Amino acid sequence: MDVQTSKDRGPAITTAASAKPRATDLSNSAANAAPERHSLIKSEEAGVQLNLGELWHSRELLYFLTLRDIKVRYKQTLMGLAWVIIQPLMTMLIFTLVFNRFVKFDTGALPYPLFALSGLLLWLFFANAVTNSTNSLVSNANLITKVYFPRLYIPAAAVGAGLVDLSVSFLLLVALVFYYGVTLTVNLLLLPLFILLMTVLALGVGLLSAALTVKYRDLRHALPFIIQLWMFASPVIYPARIVPAGWQWLLTINPVAGIIEGFRAALTGQPLNRPHVAIAAAISFALLVFSVYVFRRFEDTFADVI
Amino acid sequence: MKPAIKIDHLSKRYRIGGLHPGYVTFREVIGSVVTAPFRKLKGTNGQQTVWALNDVKLQIGEGELVGIIGHNGAGKSTLLKILSRVTRPTTGSVELFGRIGSLLEVGTGFHPDLTGRENIFLSGAILGMRRAEIERKFDEIVAFSELEKFIETSVKWYSSGMYVRLAFSVAAHLEPEILMMDEVLAVGDAAFQQKCLDKMHEIRQQGRTILFVSHDMAAITRLCKRVVLLENGRITCDGEPHEVVNHYLSSSLKTGASREWANGAEAPGDEVVRLRRVRVRAETGETISVVDIRKPFGIELTYEVLEDGHALVPVLEFYNEAGTELFSTHDTQPDWRRRERPRATYTSTVWVPGNLLAEGSLLGHVSVMSHFPSTKLHLSERNAVAFQVVDSPAGDSARGDYLGPMPGLMRPLLDWTTETNETEELSPKSKVQSPKSAQDS
Repeated sequence: MDVQTSKDRGPAITTAASAKPRATDLSNSAANAAPERHSLIKSEEAGVQLNLGELWHSRELLYFLTLRDIKVRYKQTLMGLAWVIIQPLMTMLIFTLVFNRFVKFDTGALPYPLFALSGLLLWLFFANAVTNSTNSLVSNANLITKVYFPRLYIPAAAVGAGLVDLSVSFLLLVALVFYYGVTLTVNLLLLPLFILLMTVLALGVGLLSAALTVKYRDLRHALPFIIQLWMFASPVIYPARIVPAGWQWLLTINPVAGIIEGFRAALTGQPLNRPHVAIAAAISFALLVFSVYVFRRFEDTFADVI
Repeated sequence: MKPAIKIDHLSKRYRIGGLHPGYVTFREVIGSVVTAPFRKLKGTNGQQTVWALNDVKLQIGEGELVGIIGHNGAGKSTLLKILSRVTRPTTGSVELFGRIGSLLEVGTGFHPDLTGRENIFLSGAILGMRRAEIERKFDEIVAFSELEKFIETSVKWYSSGMYVRLAFSVAAHLEPEILMMDEVLAVGDAAFQQKCLDKMHEIRQQGRTILFVSHDMAAITRLCKRVVLLENGRITCDGEPHEVVNHYLSSSLKTGASREWANGAEAPGDEVVRLRRVRVRAETGETISVVDIRKPFGIELTYEVLEDGHALVPVLEFYNEAGTELFSTHDTQPDWRRRERPRATYTSTVWVPGNLLAEGSLLGHVSVMSHFPSTKLHLSERNAVAFQVVDSPAGDSARGDYLGPMPGLMRPLLDWTTETNETEELSPKSKVQSPKSAQDS
């Protein structure tokens, strides 16, 4: 949807309009040379408009939608937010059992449980964020067909909620780091960078698949397989170096691999594979830009198609 | 007048047909990719299109209260959806001068698992309010909804009335410069409805623009100064409420003051009775579509009885333009009461006295029933006839010399009596406040 707020008196004027005093005073403020927000609704012929200013203007909506996603998820559960810890913990224990007892991996500086958890935290965040944002538009169809707001925030809120989960489950990682007595280095300061990269990537994939799902519902059914395949194609539960040399290029072009390996390197203080991280970052940001464009393009037809 | 909304050559096309009207699957896409060249050769792309709005031009001034009427599918909702930016027009453009808010569907953005408080913030943000704005208006919203005690309860435990009240309160406090309403007045109990009307009045007093979409013709004519009629995506009538509503009713109901069924097989009825003709007639016998409020008129039914042995009762029901039933009347004359009718064609006329109905558009529903051995409805024809009741400024009708709008469903001319008592002492003149000075103080 492309409502253009005229630039000179866009958000600032609206703030003035919304900062009106209570209803009783309204007759006065309406009688004053009314602060006016002029907008133009253009037809489909006018093409795609990114309208990033509008996104910024209604940024509070992202906060409320994220809050809703988090609150709703843990309403009527006995353990509530504890599930955020339990999920990666159980997954870690299962993989530790399989890959530490039955099959042995050489995981270098990190003991296997910590190795697995560091990969799983980021991976589960990514997988949940992508899955939830893919389904988010369709499950909010009643909103989309009734009222206008930047729809980008619906899948973005799903990613945001995942980020909150990640910050809680991060405590588990902290506990395990101290339990195993990992030597901490300044490289730890790079951890937020990799979380940021993973968020950018999750947004990029999530927005794209959410927009496509509105039109092609097949994606909802295909997504679990894609996610599973992607996990095994990434060094989440196995170290990257066990991948045969002929297949290493796959890890190079897989941004998840670059981000997770970088995250682990930052955790243990080992040297970063800089080109690898750079490629992952470039792909993530490029994908996000592309996805925002595609999303904005599809957004106009959501209400008609959903 | 300063414009609030400028709609320019607005059109919206929808594609219909196919298995799924909107979304498609990859397989269908692959299939259609393969067949597309062939379909293009045939000159059709296999999709039908419908113009929900077709070259609509409309300008609404600041502070106007405009009603929009039309059939289901005439394009009313599409227009509101485009104005609220939910969907985008295919061609044309709209200019809006001011924030637009809609009460299209109250409860938009409510989540059943969240509490009333949480939903006020969520729904408010979705409707376009800033957080600070919601915080400032929070108490007012809660007070308006009268749900102070339940504000920390999940809305899924609310009754539907409570839910709607909370939802409406949020939407009503949006304070947009342009407000769109769609049948929202039909919610809640009488007291809450009054509150909603007061709120609407308040919004109007503040010089805001209101678009009001409704099927409630009485509300439309009562509230709006201007009404727009949409038919098949086009504006076919725009002007004074009574005129537009009458135009809508006469064109939409396809009913006039006289109706005949030439083909007996298609006439309403069953194997016992068939309706052949209905008309509105004056005392002098001619068919009339405009009835003088002071004069009696008749509704004449002509019907065939095809089977012997039924005691039949013709019935007429009268509805006003708002769809409110005014009254119904059964034939109780002794001639044919409880008497079996032989096969024949009958003509029955019900006489409505003058000075009974209020002015406006009226509709007559015709039915015929029998009570023996048990009550049975033989025919029922809704909107069989339509006619106008018009008042006269001559001063001998119930409105006397008053020329303004007269409320009420009926307009009987009643007897008034006044007695004069000259002995009693009058209150001092200065203490008596005239209605005008009471208003001023």
